[in-house]
Parts: sequence; C-alpha cells; structure tokens
Amino acid sequence: MASKVYECISKIADIIIENKDFLTELDREIGDADHGINMARGYTEALGQLPQDESDIGAVLKKAGMVLLSKVGGASGPLYGTAYMKAAKAAAGKTELTVQDGKDILDAIIGGIKQRGKAERGEKTMLDAIIPGYEAYCAAADAGKDLAECLDAMCAAAAEGVEYTKTIIATKGRASYLGERSIGHQDPGATSSLLTMEAIRDWVRAL
Amino acid sequence: MVGIVIVSHSRLAAEGIRELAAQMAGPDLRIIACGGMEDGSIGTDAMRIQNALIEADSGDGVCAMVDLGSGIMSTETAIELLEFDDDHSDIQVRIADAPVLEGSVSAAVSASSGDSLEEVIAAAEEARGMKKLLD
Repeated sequence: MASKVYECISKIADIIIENKDFLTELDREIGDADHGINMARGYTEALGQLPQDESDIGAVLKKAGMVLLSKVGGASGPLYGTAYMKAAKAAAGKTELTVQDGKDILDAIIGGIKQRGKAERGEKTMLDAIIPGYEAYCAAADAGKDLAECLDAMCAAAAEGVEYTKTIIATKGRASYLGERSIGHQDPGATSSLLTMEAIRDWVRAL
Repeated sequence: MVGIVIVSHSRLAAEGIRELAAQMAGPDLRIIACGGMEDGSIGTDAMRIQNALIEADSGDGVCAMVDLGSGIMSTETAIELLEFDDDHSDIQVRIADAPVLEGSVSAAVSASSGDSLEEVIAAAEEARGMKKLLD
C-alpha cells in the first residue's frame, strides 16, 4: 500500500501536471515560457522515482527534493528542490504530522527559499504566496484550529498573495527584465506554490 | 592544481567555452563542461554540477564559472550538497562573479600556472572589466 506522504506528493504532482499549460502561459507573459513544462517534467520524474511504501515523511520529501533539483531544469528546480529538502529536515523521522509540524515545515521552507533565491516578500515571487499562507496558518493554529482548517486559512491567504503579485513589479528572476511591464501579470512561481498548497489541503480534506 | 567547472543552461555553450579555455591551458588542468540537463535539453541540474565539481577537484579546490539565473542557484545548491556529502565535504568551491566565457579563459590560464583558488577566482573576476576595443 502506498504511504500517505507518497499519496500526498502524487496529488501535488497530478495538479501541477494538469496545470502545465496554464503555468507555462503565465510564464510566457513575463518570463521564458517554461515554468509549467519544467515543473511537470520534475514531478513526472518524482512520481516514478519516489518509494511508494516508505512511511518516513522526511525520507520521501528528501528524495522528492533531490529529483526536483535534478530534473526541473529552470530556477524552480533549485527553489522547489531546496524547499522540499528543508521540509524533509523538519519532518525527519516522522510518520504523522501535527499542526505544529506544519508550522515548522513552512518556516523551514520559507528560510530555504529566501536563502536560495536571495529574495524577500514583495518581489513578485513564490514567497508572496507562501509567506502570507504561513502567517494565516500560524494565526489559525494559535486560535486552536485543526490541521484542515489551518490549511484552509493558508490557501485563502496564499490566493490573495497571488492576486497581490499582479500589482507589483518583478525585481527577481527573468521577469525583472520587464520592469513595470510585469505589472498586471500574476507570478507563475507564486501560482505553482498556491497550487501545491491547495493540493495538500484538498488531500488532507479528503482523508 | 585548481580545477574549473563551466556551468551553462546549454550543453553546447558549456562545451564550446571549455574548448576555448582549454586551448589556453596546460595539459594537466581539470576543466569540466557541465551544460544542460542529462537528456541534453536546456536547463541546469544541481546533481550533475555536484558530480562535475567532484571530478574537477584534485585537492586544490574548484573555480565554478556560471551563466545565468538557475545556473547560479543550481551551482550554489550543488556546493551545499557537497557539504553534506561525507566523502567530499572537504572540497573547496568558489563561484566566480564573472562573464562565463572571458572569465573561463582567464581562470584556465591562472589555474594552469599553479595559482591558488583565490588567485584563480580573482583572475576570472578581472575579466569583468576587460576592454574589448582598444583606443
């Protein structure tokens, strides 16, 4: 039987692969038109390489990170790869995750992406979805909500974050070449981050 | 002798730059082209770069020459992977902040003459201010 963590990553992979053309189209507007193609390639490879019966969440996340580092190809490779590797460290040895674990994992992911991309919030990147998502998750957790409710709050805030990326100028990555012309377009990386968070939420909700 | 790894999104670009730089270098220089993905498509792969860094090292460190965007991020990731690789955590790697072609030629000359890693990096970075048109 496939482990839960494998099932969850499969769900993320399915959503990313389904949205391959959408993500690529967003990237065509302000980048180099490869985000969906690259992400779909990485997750297709991950589905084939991940151990299906390993229940150590950290071990599976680490393997997923290694595959994405190697197979995505664009900037999202080292960024998502690092995110998974940092999440793996925070989840090492665990077979179940609590609300607090979710906080720790998101915190580790944000630290990893900031370090790898040398980016901060407000630069039209995946951080503009993930940081507000993390803050809303923490607020819900502190209010005593359960995991699914915390993930709902995270996704709602991340979706607002994606909308916010339409209003700002890109200063990182390929889109920064466009300067003010990047306004009006939502960031592809923030969008794939939102899709990832929604896939996790939907998977937890269906348990 | 300091080794050199040339990282590019394009396999052909990395090999072409390697060819040019190697022409200026002595026969003992380890200079590795690491361009594109394993299947030859455009992109960068932190694992391939990690292996290239290991291959380029002969104990005196490695100068990494990189092209754009994810070329830099994937190389930084590869360096971090090396730090956690027990067999290779002692390899010294520095990324040169330099144009990849001109910098690689300068680095190859410097490394071939037995310069230290710091000196090879400095030689590569000097290529940033190199004038092409002489007055």
